[in-house]
Amino acid sequence: MSGTDTSRRRFLAGGAAAAAGLLVAPGVMLLPVARARAPEEPASEAQRWGLLIDTTRCADGCDACVRACKTENGWEGHGRPATDPQWIRKVKVRDPRTGHTQSLPLMCQHCRKPPCVDVCPTGASMRRADGIVLVDKHICIGCRYCMMACPYKARSFVHEDVHDPKPHAPRGKGTVESCTLCVHRVDAGRVPACVEACAAEGNGAIVFGDLKDPRSEISQRLARYGGEEIRADLGLDTGVRYLGLS
Amino acid sequence: MKPHVHFREIEGRSPGYWALFGLFGILVLAGLAAAHYMETEGHWVTGMSNQIVWGTPHVFAVFLIVAASGALNVASIASVFGKARYKPLARLSAVLAVALLAGGLAVLVLDLGRPDRLIVAMTYYNFKSIFAWNIFLYTGFMAIVAIYLWTMMDRMGRPYGKAAGLAAFIWRLILTTGTGSIFGWLVARQAYDAAIMAPMFIVFSFAYGLAVFLLVLLPAYGWTGRPLGAELLRRLKNLLGVFVAASLYFVAVYHLTNLYAAEHGSVERFILLEGGVYTRVFWIVQILLGGIAPLVIVFHPKLGTRRAWIATAAALVVIGGLGQMYVTIIGGQAYPLVLFPGKEVSSTFFDGVVAEYAPSLPEIALGVGGIAIALLAVLLAIRVLPLLPERLDDPLVEAQAAAAGEGSGGRTEAAAGSGEAAPASGTAG
Ligand code: SF4
Repeated sequence: MSGTDTSRRRFLAGGAAAAAGLLVAPGVMLLPVARARAPEEPASEAQRWGLLIDTTRCADGCDACVRACKTENGWEGHGRPATDPQWIRKVKVRDPRTGHTQSLPLMCQHCRKPPCVDVCPTGASMRRADGIVLVDKHICIGCRYCMMACPYKARSFVHEDVHDPKPHAPRGKGTVESCTLCVHRVDAGRVPACVEACAAEGNGAIVFGDLKDPRSEISQRLARYGGEEIRADLGLDTGVRYLGLS
Repeated sequence: MKPHVHFREIEGRSPGYWALFGLFGILVLAGLAAAHYMETEGHWVTGMSNQIVWGTPHVFAVFLIVAASGALNVASIASVFGKARYKPLARLSAVLAVALLAGGLAVLVLDLGRPDRLIVAMTYYNFKSIFAWNIFLYTGFMAIVAIYLWTMMDRMGRPYGKAAGLAAFIWRLILTTGTGSIFGWLVARQAYDAAIMAPMFIVFSFAYGLAVFLLVLLPAYGWTGRPLGAELLRRLKNLLGVFVAASLYFVAVYHLTNLYAAEHGSVERFILLEGGVYTRVFWIVQILLGGIAPLVIVFHPKLGTRRAWIATAAALVVIGGLGQMYVTIIGGQAYPLVLFPGKEVSSTFFDGVVAEYAPSLPEIALGVGGIAIALLAVLLAIRVLPLLPERLDDPLVEAQAAAAGEGSGGRTEAAAGSGEAAPASGTAG
């Protein structure tokens, strides 16, 4: 299994190195929450990265987070909705009894007990020590079992050739991909692109932070307002929580 | 009484043989071409999508894998349950099992997003994954059945026949459990999350495997002019009837329990009533054509005795089985995931709507190619290996059974002529 580890480390280190380079370039840093991590330094269990999404602040019709993610990670489609990737999407939820509707972004929920990781035959689907669930594109064989297992439909299969992927977001035809929580940004001490875009839009519906740090904004908000998991009944302990779901 | 069962290769020189050979060969090539096309273009050229991630190739692959373990049944009945009557059929049963498994696995592998990374699948394992376990179960099955075949065909292996037969039988039960569990463990999917999936797949495998076995056995004897006894056939087709009835029973229990559990109620309504093509395939193909029609045929006093009708019944079981897999695999995915129970959802990513899917030509070609791989392998095997008894007429087969039944410690040579170990004492009692 040491082979797996080395290849994973190489993959992750590559991402982190690219991210470190990006950090040097000027970037908007609205909420500096994470300390930059040296490329060699492994992700640590001391943290658990997560998101808190306030559905009451998420505007219906706004898709700034989706667009930002697309640009950041380069998953622009081919105008074929059924096979184009979708790392993050806006979902409209309507209660048929009251007519009450909500709009919310849905992406990989970064479960602590991720079904995709359990079912993946090669170990390409993995959960980093800091809670980020990723696909190692180098050992994914494209069996799509993880997509069958994911309760959130958060994963996409790359159905077509990929032209110039971003250096920090490797993609490849025939493999599976999903939200990485912008791991390259997180490792460089920045927040995910969707969080940044939502804030820039003035909605500020998404908070990113360390669920294990009681002083972090996300933990404090969770302590004050609570926060729900989608399909909490499955007991997956997601890293993405929602406010105002029900 | 000293019945000798003599095994001999088929000649395989007739135009009919070569016609079959050519047909299967072309279908295999078409399957390979389809796989190549899917891989170079990407899967967007198929009917599969991010909603229906497993498509027609998986329908064929899972059917073949399930049928493979079932095809071994005839051999198991002979060796594990001591029914000497079936011993002469054991070799074909074992070869067919391996061939079907190889065909199914080929389809599964060729449909991967990265089939070129097969070596990765063989070297990186996540032992929590039932898929990873299946890689061992499948390769192990091939190895064990190969050993089992050796014990049947080689004098040196004969003493281990019983043990190998038992091992193969146990292994095949685990294997089908593993295949059923691929679906049974998908907690998030309303249609799959059920422990009954595994035993249900075992029962299906009995029916599918025996149906394919009959579809190979009948022409193998009919077209080579070798005698095949009516009594033997009567037993086999009755067995098929029992397996089909048991499958129907399991399907009924599965749907009834799902109906009872409120959270699965809507997916049940989808499959049974409102699912459009899936509902039609369920009732018409799976239940009517694949279940009731073959039952009527095999237990019909007249039709049940005619070979063409028995073959028809077996073919219907195969078609029904493919329909069953279609409903389970594709219908199960078409039904939307429940993200917010009790709420309505919509999005740009097909949330809350039934996913659309139509099988594409490359997918069908690949799936049919898998069947052709299995049949081509069998066609070659019976030509180069002594797998089929020269005669399977009733007096011979019954004498076999009688010899084994009477045997009390000394008269084992009788059966030994068949290439089987058959220590008579205690095996048929
Ligand atoms: S598609 Fe890739 S990541 Fe998903 S289960 Fe298969 S090998 Fe693992």
